[in-house]
Amino acid sequence: MNFSESFFAAKFGITRHDLENYLSEALGRGGDYADLYFEYLATSSISIDESIVKSATQGVSLGVGVRVISGERTGYAYSDDLSPEKIRHAAQVAALIASGPAKVEQTPLEEGRKRNLYPVITAPNETEFKQRVELAQRADIAARAYDPRVFQVQVMYADNLRHVLVATSDGVLNFDRQPLARMSVFVLARQDGGPPQQGHAGGGGRYELDFFKTERTPEYFAKEAARQAIVQLDAVEAPAGEQTVVLGPGWPGVLLHEAVGHGLEADFNRKGVSAFSGRIGQKVASELCTVIDDGTIGGKRGSLNVDDEGNETQRNVLIENGILRGYLQDKLSSRITKAMATGSGRRESYEHIPMPRMTNTFMLAGEDDPEEIIRSVPRGLYCANFGGGSVDITSGNFVFSASESYLIEDGKLTRPVRNATLIGNGPEAMKYVSRVGNDLKLDEGIGICGKEGQSVPVGVGIPTVRIDRMTVGGTA
Amino acid sequence: MSAALVSRENLPELARDIINQAIAAGATDAECTISEGDEFSASVRMGELETLKDAGSRGAGLRVLIGKRMGASYTSDLTPDGIRQMVHSAVDLAALTTEDPFAGLPEPDELGSIAADLHLFSDETAKLPTEERIAMAKRGEAAALAFDPRITNSEGGSFDSNVGGRIFANSRGFLGSYRSSSCSITVMPVATKDGGMERDYWYSYARDYHSLDSPESVGRKAAERAIRRLGSVKVETQKVPVVFEPRTARTLLSSICDAVSGTAVYRRASFLAGKLGEKIADERITIIDDGTIPGLFGSSPFDDEGVPTRRTPVIERGVLKSYLLNSYTARKLNLKTTGNASRGITGNAGIGHGNFFLEPGTKGAEEIIRTVKNGFFVTELIGTGVNIVTGDYSRGAVGIWIRDGELAFPVSEVTIASTLQEMLNGIAEIGSDLEFVTSVSAPTLMIGEMTVGGR
Repeated sequence: MNFSESFFAAKFGITRHDLENYLSEALGRGGDYADLYFEYLATSSISIDESIVKSATQGVSLGVGVRVISGERTGYAYSDDLSPEKIRHAAQVAALIASGPAKVEQTPLEEGRKRNLYPVITAPNETEFKQRVELAQRADIAARAYDPRVFQVQVMYADNLRHVLVATSDGVLNFDRQPLARMSVFVLARQDGGPPQQGHAGGGGRYELDFFKTERTPEYFAKEAARQAIVQLDAVEAPAGEQTVVLGPGWPGVLLHEAVGHGLEADFNRKGVSAFSGRIGQKVASELCTVIDDGTIGGKRGSLNVDDEGNETQRNVLIENGILRGYLQDKLSSRITKAMATGSGRRESYEHIPMPRMTNTFMLAGEDDPEEIIRSVPRGLYCANFGGGSVDITSGNFVFSASESYLIEDGKLTRPVRNATLIGNGPEAMKYVSRVGNDLKLDEGIGICGKEGQSVPVGVGIPTVRIDRMTVGGTA
Repeated sequence: MSAALVSRENLPELARDIINQAIAAGATDAECTISEGDEFSASVRMGELETLKDAGSRGAGLRVLIGKRMGASYTSDLTPDGIRQMVHSAVDLAALTTEDPFAGLPEPDELGSIAADLHLFSDETAKLPTEERIAMAKRGEAAALAFDPRITNSEGGSFDSNVGGRIFANSRGFLGSYRSSSCSITVMPVATKDGGMERDYWYSYARDYHSLDSPESVGRKAAERAIRRLGSVKVETQKVPVVFEPRTARTLLSSICDAVSGTAVYRRASFLAGKLGEKIADERITIIDDGTIPGLFGSSPFDDEGVPTRRTPVIERGVLKSYLLNSYTARKLNLKTTGNASRGITGNAGIGHGNFFLEPGTKGAEEIIRTVKNGFFVTELIGTGVNIVTGDYSRGAVGIWIRDGELAFPVSEVTIASTLQEMLNGIAEIGSDLEFVTSVSAPTLMIGEMTVGGR
């Protein structure tokens, strides 16, 4: 597809000439760089609770963000009205950051290379609504059928279809169609009128709706959520203090996202406020650890053909055999530090300024048998699932909350334990990784990453790993 | 009429028109929310302007009922076409949902708005020139950088403001609107010592800029907080008294607020479900939700279903008195709405809060700390480890160790854990220092014993 057939050209009659005019308006006060980000977002969501479809919502938002960079300064404005007057006005407001006569030669717009990591013909958002309701209802039925102790089930299904167009004063012209869908199941179970426990599972990605009929069915997520709730019914108090911790494969990769990922975002490092600042080439993890951020994995929730600044996403090595290799760049940071783009400039919407962000962050598989890793631990904690996490990038301290974990006693998983927070320090924690399994798994596709008030979809992954020392926040 | 021509003054009329269109399209009841707002943000770093953002947007949302079936939609396109599509979209969806016997709007006699001026809006901030906003951000950051040589870096200072309006109409004759404004100064300095680096922040938040603390005092406070974190250590795992300063005590109140939400309660997804009228906390605990206090950030003349806000005692002397309810959860629980409906521009109303606060005690923070021989003063909490279903509580914490009644040395990379049930019953002291900084507020609070997880 070329530009003239693209969504914004076809639906709103936007021409290259328009884009070049808006960009020159944006640079009219002397900025060094300007870009435009057009976004059209259609969303829908379904909520089932108590076996009733309690909510079905759909809607549309659209707008354009205009950014001007002058040295280290950024001016930003947006409009939810795509009329030429409104876009020009936004460009003028963003231009105020710069001062002096226009000085930059605009590069003629050239369309980027085309690839499609998510060749979705009919996005879930474009399918018949009823089909999606039926899928959500299947999850409700399956979760209730799993065990009589299940007494409450909530199913949330949400999808969106985002059309974006990026045009920049250095000549980038890129557009993309980004489908995304996710199903989540929340289950409450209780035994003999005792206190309830919860379980949660979900997943999705940039796929056709068929994904939920063949790859990951509503029943799959429902059973997993119900299983977790039932397991928790027998949970005992979590231990407190330093333990040997084994992380199971998949979603526990959120450790990497918090412990290293955020600390490697170039904005923090350019400013010298990250615990990882100035540490490229240094050892920050055991030599068993190689950590990758890869925005190019087909269909994954964190993947994008182009980032929100028009650069192709790529596979970036963050840590190689324990040595810190690189940061994740956005336009501003790579301009200032003269670093290569990494395709990591992302934003929540046209109302937001792009920042360096992660895509799909994971650790490469090692050689150990996962069962053997558990057997190697005389006493510790095995974490199969997590809720969220967060990090203070300056001190490097991070936490993540275990939602399903088990005591390891004499190399065997014994009792499930109650929710507990795990805490560590980014540049230190991964030095204690002593075993890495051969079972790398990416998460099911539910991650949302928040940074400075902006949320973006991300993925994580990890093989089974043993960490010899980590503080567990239990009460026992 | 193009979108550009729907002026702000005409938005209430547009809301009423949307309701009429929905009824004409077959809805038996309808609710429309319109929001409009302008945001401004200026941030500086190391004395230089870094980011300037200035823009506005609007959106409309609709929720319809056809009998007991519900559908909802929203749009940012306020042209007649955009509105028509939104209306049809909501009506079409209602055909696909299942009947919910409890679905509905508040009763006509429940609808209304507080007549008194709640002082939510000031146009003073809007008049403040951009240069002065930038200057305030710079002054705040400069004060932090000048405070101590150990402040070596900064994540910046910023001045932010928001001005916006909310319009709500329903098919039972309610039409209301109000505007609100806010602005803030935030400073986030970085302190360094012996290769260790710590950041902290402080801010001042007000309806108009005259009421903000001086940028200098915000900057100094932020610097002081960052410096006192330097050289922090991890302590041994132990059970000790834990003192929460107001900024962290507030997060405990937020968890209680989540636990008394009507939605969590009717789903039995709260440890406080089924406990109405029971003693669930130490008798010194009284928690109030009040959406009617002029000028505060949790105040509004009506909730997001058109029900007037009010003062609701939630816990009185340790006894659970009320949940926070909208009309739906009230019907589910066979109670009356408490005017706590909350939503974005579309969908079913969830539960929000007004000004949700813990009534203060009589002791000052220092006096409370003096009573502690060996304990932990918590200044920051990280992570999401509060489980409202079970009450399990486990979070990452930063703070200062208390030794013989004095703040002795900084502590980080530890956890604090207990259950909300035990914490509510194990309150040892409540401070006198309640300040309404945000819509959830608490004074200094001491819990008799929690597990600190460390070495």
